[in-house]
Amino acid sequence: MRQTQRLEHGGRIDRSRTIKFTFNGREYTGHPGDTLASALLANGVSIVGRSFKYHRPRGIVGAGPEEPNAIVQVGSGALTRPDQRATQVELFDGLEASTAARLGFDPMGVNNTFSRMLPAGFYYKTFKWPAKYWPNYEKRIRQAAGLGHAPTEADPDRYDHMNAHCDVLVVGGGPAGLAAALRAGRAGARVLLADENAELGGALLSERVQESTRIDGRSYRDWIDTTSAELAAMDNVRVLTRTTAFGNYDHNFLGLMEDKADYRGGPAEGEVRHRLWRVRARRTVLATGALERPLVFGNNDRPGIMTVSAVATYLNRYGVCPGWRAVIFTNNDSAYRTALDLKAAGRDVAAVVDVRCKPSSALVDAAREAGIPIHDSSAIIRARGSRRVKSVQIARVKYGQLTGDYETIACDLVASSGGWSPVVHLHCHIGSKPAWDDVAACFLPGPDNPGQCSAGAVTGQFSLRDALVQGFEQGGAVASELGFEPGDDKAPSAPTPGDVLPIEPFWLAPSERPLSRGPKQFVDYQNDTTAADIALAVREGYESVEHVKRYTAMGFGTDQGKLGNINGMAILAWLLDQSIAETGTTTFRPAYTPISFGAVAGRTADHLFDPIRKTAMHDWHVANGAFFEDVGQWKRPWYYRRVGESMQQAIDRECHATRNSVGVLDASTLGKIEVHGADANRFLDMIYTGGRLKMKTGTCRYGLMLHEDGMIFDDGVTAKLGENHYYLTTTTGGAAGALNWLEQWHQTEWPDMDVFFTSVTDQWATIAVNGPKSRDVLQALCDDIDFERDAFPFMTFRDGTVAGVSARVFRISFTGELAFEINVDANYGRHVWDAVMAAGEPYGITPYGTETMHVLRAEKGFIVAGQDTDGSVTPMDMGMHWAIGKKKTDFIGMRSLSRSDIVAEGRKQYVGLKPRDGQIVLPEGAQLVDDPQAELPMPMIGHVSSSYYSDTLGHAFALAVVKNGRSRHGEIIYSPQPDGTVIAAEITDPVFYDREGARQYV
Amino acid sequence: MFQIDCPWCGPRDQSEFAYAGEGGIKRPEDPSALTDAEWADYLFMRQNPRGRHHEQWRHVHGCGQFFDVVRQTVTYRIESVDLPGRPALANASGEVR
Ligand SMILES: [Zn+2]
Repeated sequence: MRQTQRLEHGGRIDRSRTIKFTFNGREYTGHPGDTLASALLANGVSIVGRSFKYHRPRGIVGAGPEEPNAIVQVGSGALTRPDQRATQVELFDGLEASTAARLGFDPMGVNNTFSRMLPAGFYYKTFKWPAKYWPNYEKRIRQAAGLGHAPTEADPDRYDHMNAHCDVLVVGGGPAGLAAALRAGRAGARVLLADENAELGGALLSERVQESTRIDGRSYRDWIDTTSAELAAMDNVRVLTRTTAFGNYDHNFLGLMEDKADYRGGPAEGEVRHRLWRVRARRTVLATGALERPLVFGNNDRPGIMTVSAVATYLNRYGVCPGWRAVIFTNNDSAYRTALDLKAAGRDVAAVVDVRCKPSSALVDAAREAGIPIHDSSAIIRARGSRRVKSVQIARVKYGQLTGDYETIACDLVASSGGWSPVVHLHCHIGSKPAWDDVAACFLPGPDNPGQCSAGAVTGQFSLRDALVQGFEQGGAVASELGFEPGDDKAPSAPTPGDVLPIEPFWLAPSERPLSRGPKQFVDYQNDTTAADIALAVREGYESVEHVKRYTAMGFGTDQGKLGNINGMAILAWLLDQSIAETGTTTFRPAYTPISFGAVAGRTADHLFDPIRKTAMHDWHVANGAFFEDVGQWKRPWYYRRVGESMQQAIDRECHATRNSVGVLDASTLGKIEVHGADANRFLDMIYTGGRLKMKTGTCRYGLMLHEDGMIFDDGVTAKLGENHYYLTTTTGGAAGALNWLEQWHQTEWPDMDVFFTSVTDQWATIAVNGPKSRDVLQALCDDIDFERDAFPFMTFRDGTVAGVSARVFRISFTGELAFEINVDANYGRHVWDAVMAAGEPYGITPYGTETMHVLRAEKGFIVAGQDTDGSVTPMDMGMHWAIGKKKTDFIGMRSLSRSDIVAEGRKQYVGLKPRDGQIVLPEGAQLVDDPQAELPMPMIGHVSSSYYSDTLGHAFALAVVKNGRSRHGEIIYSPQPDGTVIAAEITDPVFYDREGARQYV
Repeated sequence: MFQIDCPWCGPRDQSEFAYAGEGGIKRPEDPSALTDAEWADYLFMRQNPRGRHHEQWRHVHGCGQFFDVVRQTVTYRIESVDLPGRPALANASGEVR
């Protein structure tokens, strides 16, 4: 419970307040300003997890997004957050965190003992067959691996999206980013500055406060404060902290995720938890900084072994020293600064182990003067200690070989620095390849993406002085490009407190034993990938870095190899005896750090996921027991169930009423398009298979639309309202596609035609009155239309007044019965529907839904485009030769109807099916075969497209396409089912009811 | 996500648009005069270039207009937008590449 590792003073924490938190059920304390990681270290907690494969104890390695080990579950219940990096979880009072794997005695620790039996590719090799057991294996592996768990309850929180535009987006609020934002902001550009940290300052926050390190004569702290204040005072600048730019997409579009609540324990009622920013920038300055690489040596994963920069961050930003006696291992100068920091904090620095021969610089001299022993031309070979590092063995190295002088140095903290890797991720998201730089020993961004540039450490400018100048210049440059005029003020100036360079690349500490026999040298901590695993991959023939990644799992996981990938690629290059540039990197893809599903979804969840369309009569359907079916975005009544009825009984009742008296369907959802213009008839003649040139005003025609390949894609009725005025209906789901189709042909192929299209789907309510008594119902409601058979023939329409409302009545039928479709202004839809129900009452008028509609139309063999057709059938396949205009010389798709494979024998043709057992309803989509005993793979000759039980017929029936089906009526065909049974059915004509078609003409 | 400069509305996000196939494909005047192979060429064969691509887009959640775009399929840079069938950078024969 005591913060034993907390320094007496220093750090950017609020020592006046002490807050409580729990980790794996134990209580600890920390201060506001801490992260979970810094608070755990302050409390002396060194083991924070168990590794993925070997279950080795692991401690905190980093201090930021690169952390591979301290991956925790925060909170509980619906608010729980899996896979959080403890280094980025801000501490708040009452925080509960846990790791999935047990930290004490570990039953899976056996994996470590027998690790030689768990080589790279182990999971592929062991669990690859048979495939059906994979779900079991995966479950076991996940349990053993201790990954986090997703909340099981629904997410109660609110997330949103913000679309933003700016002149200059600056990613990263370190010195370079601040300088860039300052210059561009002063010039008047609209600037958006985003940083993932709680406060601005970037790497400066990890620097020790001392007299010799100042910017423009002010302390770092002061400079950050005055710069932040200046930016905040500018109306044209917006600063977003706790906001990670996770993805860089095309045309300067970036995704940012802002944490608005997690950092303080979650949102209050009505607040937003995460906000996803969709930023379109005119220019982007990437000032994303660099991440330090650790060095690779034996047992380099022992708790107490960290990166140098992490140690510096804990010391200077959080006032925590993770150990009492440190050994620093480096190949560059930057580590010496931290050695001095440790000394200044009163800690013992037992040694700086430097792989370089006779390093010399002001920093090295300062360390030497401070009395820190420096072992040059040396390396740590291995660490000792089981649950925490206790000592290191060092030796002299020359040209990568051990040359003796072994020595053991006791310590409880090892800080290593293998150099710095610029965060080129965002730069590379849109396809740029990073370029290897031999001098800085790192990958740098390649050529700038259009409208983007980089500044600061990401470009290899590791010194503060240069980063400030470069950021300032880039901020001015992009502002100038956009027409702003940056003043001639000077860049913030700083004496350089010591550089990184010179650096001597050093990828793998030599060992006395072969790679696979010595202590493990970890490259990727999170995936337990070792140098030996990479060597094994190479021995087994892998050469591409992308393949080695997948074979060894290096670079997967929540950290995506931020810490270890460059080391791994360099080791791979060495093993392949090629350069790092030749070896290259794996592909950088969004997201830079994980983002929440909530942020991705934003408000488009639940009922806001997709718009819901309801007809004017929707409330009536709800009140009258309708079950609904989603058709596109529409809610359509599926069937109306009365108390005590089964679904089948309801459908039988609805069918019976419609065939014998009168039924009514809400058909408002059918797509409706008006077509106007002098060339409307010429245009529609090209669109439909049937002729449109000689239609008479007042008449209707059934129409088929084909794609240019000759395949049916939609159907409907065309009514000629006037000389240059048509009204088309489409299927409910096909309305938008049909309108798009008309527009595309008009705009791109025949722009000179005088024709235009208007969607009127929502303007009309459509009530389809079907059945022998439909005429009686209409006559009771309307006295200005003559409904007698010959006065109002089939396939015509009349304008009149129905229930006191101006209406257009079509005499068309989708049931095969006498039928009328009443179309009225949608605002009067409910009124007219109520009137229809009242007028029909003497006849027992029965509302029916889409299921009954389907049974009735299928009994007549009427197709539903998109159900009985699937984009691979022609009008001839469907037996609809009659729908093609005999004298037409061209229409869209016509030429394809004479292509050799369209007129060839053996095409699938539209048929009916009558199951031998009339009670069995064939599943829709079921495959059809001639011989159910045939050897696998069984030749399939067709499939079921529609299938129902018909009370009218007294048996089940189906519609299908079958090879040469039209000449096979009367034959038996089979449908093998997943449960092993086989359904036999007779091939029939697709029209089952009223084959002569007399009923609709009465 | 691309930013596409609709000739009628100005620059808008790609999410407002729908891709509408390769541009500059003219429907034959008299399809019945074509052989099956010639018709299949019109119907099925597309350029799919690595480089400059002449394509059509529709501002489906905007003005509803179709227009032509010349776009680099490697860099995704949009070189031009124009009315259907008239890409600004097409040469006299209508060839883009
Ligand atoms: Zn537009």
